[in-house]
Amino acid sequence: MAEAVPSSADFSATEIMTVAASRLLHDGTVCFVGIGLPSTAANLARLTHAPEVVLIYESGPIGAKPNVLPLSIGDGDLALTADTVVSTPEIFRYWLQGGRIDVGFLGAAQVDRFANINTTVIGAYDAPKVRLPGAGGAPEIAAQAKEVFIVLKQSRKAFVEKLPFITSAGFLDGGDAREKAGIPGGGPTAVITDLGILTPDPVTRELTLTSIHPGVTVEQVKEATGWDLRISPDLKTTEIPDAAALAALRDLQARTARAHGQSAGGEG
Amino acid sequence: MALITPLREAVSSLVRDGDTVALEGFTHLIPHAAGHEIIRQAKKDLTLVRMTPDLIYDQIIGMGGVRKLIFSWGGNPGVGSLHRFRDAVEGGWPRRLEIEEHSHAGMANAYVAGASNLPFALLRGYTGSDLPKVNPNIRFVECPFTGERLAAIPSVRPDVTVIHAQKADRRGNVLLWGILGVQKEAVLAAKRSIVTVEEIVDDLEAPPNACVLPGWALSAVCHEPGGAYPSYAQGYYERDNRFYKDWDPVARSRDGFRDWMKRHVLDTEDFAGFRRVLAETAGPKAAGQEVA
Repeated sequence: MAEAVPSSADFSATEIMTVAASRLLHDGTVCFVGIGLPSTAANLARLTHAPEVVLIYESGPIGAKPNVLPLSIGDGDLALTADTVVSTPEIFRYWLQGGRIDVGFLGAAQVDRFANINTTVIGAYDAPKVRLPGAGGAPEIAAQAKEVFIVLKQSRKAFVEKLPFITSAGFLDGGDAREKAGIPGGGPTAVITDLGILTPDPVTRELTLTSIHPGVTVEQVKEATGWDLRISPDLKTTEIPDAAALAALRDLQARTARAHGQSAGGEG
Repeated sequence: MALITPLREAVSSLVRDGDTVALEGFTHLIPHAAGHEIIRQAKKDLTLVRMTPDLIYDQIIGMGGVRKLIFSWGGNPGVGSLHRFRDAVEGGWPRRLEIEEHSHAGMANAYVAGASNLPFALLRGYTGSDLPKVNPNIRFVECPFTGERLAAIPSVRPDVTVIHAQKADRRGNVLLWGILGVQKEAVLAAKRSIVTVEEIVDDLEAPPNACVLPGWALSAVCHEPGGAYPSYAQGYYERDNRFYKDWDPVARSRDGFRDWMKRHVLDTEDFAGFRRVLAETAGPKAAGQEVA
């Protein structure tokens, strides 16, 4: 933290995405955290405006307060800084299925207009073009957390008209399809990208651009979306990251790079 | 066979061709030494089970020992893909790999059901996911009390479970701590079990509620210091993140992978030998570059 405080006008697209995502987490929220971008945003929230946010990782740590970003979901630092470490069955049975999670914070390889997530396969399941790592904890996190945030970079490859595979449910076909399927949690409330923030329409549940990052044009966002993206009539401009949040993020990433030998704890 | 026994003998007598084998570990305490021994002994037609197959499964799959994989997330944590796993699924090399795919919640519950001697696990899960469409072992049943639709999947009942732990005492009681994953459930769900440990001590000094697996519930306990490398053993050594990164280029090429495995695993006597060769070649990257 010894470096000069950065000017808040000078930030990258990834930084505004991370800071915007972290702002959505409130103090005291119980958050089930995915590795990579969600973990960066959640820890930034903890180090800035939400010191009492409770971070739960699927490997077992509850109330983790890592000093550096974990490279993997089961880094030792998560266990050593947690309030307690429980077994993986306990995490999923008592804490997630038990209904104790406010926010599920997920990444994704692909999303569709109803915020369904694919992390399984590109191409046909039986003859995959690209075999992705698979579901992990996401299907039940997406189903059972009271609400879900999804963070990923926006592009036509990632924001597709039709997913080859729904790994984790958002709003399925839209409208009340999620409720009709009997999925208990409220579903995605925000998709945070490097271009803006998309939120589901309250009735159709279609993702709508409701906030655009400063310096980004609506055409750019449409261009990076594989369907005809709806734009909110009340489109807002995302607040620029404040200097303190930027400094905290850069400090966290520098600490992480030193600890892991260059890697900033990102997804592969 | 004595309970405390060399790893080579434990693998030789407890892991059989065609077995269903779970080498468990959730980033922490991954039984790499035991995985290498399975490769050295060329065990065949295995069904491997694991929530988070990573490098050691990439190696066993790439060497052709695996018929089927039951899993919920297969990747190189923090780095990217498992290239040997992908090549087996996408390209059928060195043999076509059958997969049975779940979510973590499903797998964790399936181990609990196995340890509980139940035929299937019951959970609120998979709703809205396409996984039940591609995995006939994910089915749904009605709650007899409320009528709620719940997911049911078969228990995991491995022939052999292999885990790594921090300590055993001289009677073979095993203590593990830190991130525990599903290791306890995986051992208790299996017919036979092998536990490799960092050290064997006179007294475990375990507090009453610690995770201790009694020796009488295990088949073999093997002293393999460093046996979780390149993953970590809390209180003993850190994860070698560089190894995970360096594995990526080695595993990308079939020839590079085979040469690396021959030099580091097949041509070494044991895990200590592997560590010696690795130190000489300064990590997998150096070996990979030689054959690139």
